[in-house]
Amino acid sequence: MSAPHMTGLKGQALPQPPAIQRFFGSIPVSVAIYAAVMGLIIYGSYAGAQNMGYNWQWNRVPQYLYSFTDDGFQLGEIFHGLWATIKLSVTSFALAMVLGLIVALLRLSGLVMGTAVSVGFLELIRNIPLLVLLYLFYYVLGPIFGFDRYTASILTLAVFHSALISEILRAGINAVPRGQWEAAKSIGMSPYQSYRYIVLPQSVRFMLPPLMGEVVHLIKSSAIVSVIAVAELTTIGRNIISDTFMSFEIWFTVAAVYLVVTLILSVAVSYVEKRYDTHQ
Amino acid sequence: MTPQDPIIEVTNLDKFYGSFHALKDINLTVHQGEKMVICGPSGSGKSTLIRCFNGLEWHNSGKLMVDGVEVYEGSKEVRNLRQEVGMVFQQFNLFPHLTVLENLMIGPMKVRKINRSEAEATARKYLDRVHIPEQADKYPTQLSGGQQQRVAIARSLCMESRIMLFDEPTSALDPEMINEVLDVMVELVDTGMTMVVVTHEMGFARKVADTMVFMEAGQIVEISPPEQFFTNPSSERCRLFLDQILEH
Repeated sequence: MSAPHMTGLKGQALPQPPAIQRFFGSIPVSVAIYAAVMGLIIYGSYAGAQNMGYNWQWNRVPQYLYSFTDDGFQLGEIFHGLWATIKLSVTSFALAMVLGLIVALLRLSGLVMGTAVSVGFLELIRNIPLLVLLYLFYYVLGPIFGFDRYTASILTLAVFHSALISEILRAGINAVPRGQWEAAKSIGMSPYQSYRYIVLPQSVRFMLPPLMGEVVHLIKSSAIVSVIAVAELTTIGRNIISDTFMSFEIWFTVAAVYLVVTLILSVAVSYVEKRYDTHQ
Repeated sequence: MTPQDPIIEVTNLDKFYGSFHALKDINLTVHQGEKMVICGPSGSGKSTLIRCFNGLEWHNSGKLMVDGVEVYEGSKEVRNLRQEVGMVFQQFNLFPHLTVLENLMIGPMKVRKINRSEAEATARKYLDRVHIPEQADKYPTQLSGGQQQRVAIARSLCMESRIMLFDEPTSALDPEMINEVLDVMVELVDTGMTMVVVTHEMGFARKVADTMVFMEAGQIVEISPPEQFFTNPSSERCRLFLDQILEH
């Protein structure tokens, strides 16, 4: 019907956005602006450090990362700290998952007591600062139940993150449409079978990205256990600084190590997200 | 109508959602092999009623016997009963994380404990019956609505149920896909299956129904054979409803 009219417009260029918008939107200009801003920040920090007469000693940093001895290549103190951080995080996360699942199932159970217990736990944990929780576990519960600082840190991190994890699990289970439960029921599945074969496999897709995010979060918050001198990455950094007074270099290095680890995990998250997105 | 043994018996059934009286004093009997079509305006309780039949909803008073089992909240037997009562939903409710074939096999394998090869043979047989054997390895979201609903019908058939409940099976479909689903259902009629169908498809109802039921505001207003139902319904409400949906 409107075909003749359409052909009249064929090949005709669309109106352009304003020149100023095109200028700032173009890639070279954006890159230049970005470089200028970043350069200013870096120069500013460097100049500031120069002004206070800071003595940069980057050449002394590598020995804390790695060394070559008679035995060959050795990882330095910082990597031992990183390893401790990873062990601490993995243990805490595993424990947090178990706790979180229990809390989530209690919440979803529909039992009045179950809901009360889980909501009480969530509100308690979510409204106490992590640092205070750590002090509670180390200075109060530690002596009462007789556990050491390492156990106290693991318990603190596990309990703190189990609250968040239980919400992720609950949201993931609730994100599966009600019709799926009904379909599972209608073919005679038991509640366990419905969870196991129908609901959980589908909720994994909703849970995995935020759970991986929670791992990243946990690794970062594990730095807090340095206040009770558990020998992990941040504590090691602090110890090196008290020996060498290279606070700028070491804190930069420690931050970079955390950054690299969490960035790797973040990339893994987006990969997993894409993989689980294929059929649904 | 063939006056055989009753397979679903509803006596003085009432159902409430809070203070809302969803089903009011329902009395109904479905016989073995009978095809019953339930129609009525939306919100009249048709879906709620058939969802009571397999315990997806629980009634608050009255008696409900399905296939010799009394259905009530907390009954341990209802889960076994559900294997005998298939249900097809308006929104298909296929399992999106499983392929078509796996959708059909999971019930027989996990619930009926049938081995994989037998379950697969059954699944392929019924996929054939609903005319989409070539879609076996696809995922539900890769199929059209009509195909998905046919898979859902096959999924119920795979459980080798004795009764099939259809909850507005064509209401969520694009118009051009309605017939492919209705055709499959008509073919199912010839197998002698007991069917209770909630639908607005009056052409289908006229063709297959042994009994027509008209519901309004949670009550059964009319139960009659289709000849009478479509030409001379005894209630004014039913006549009005039919006029409205048969107008065009």
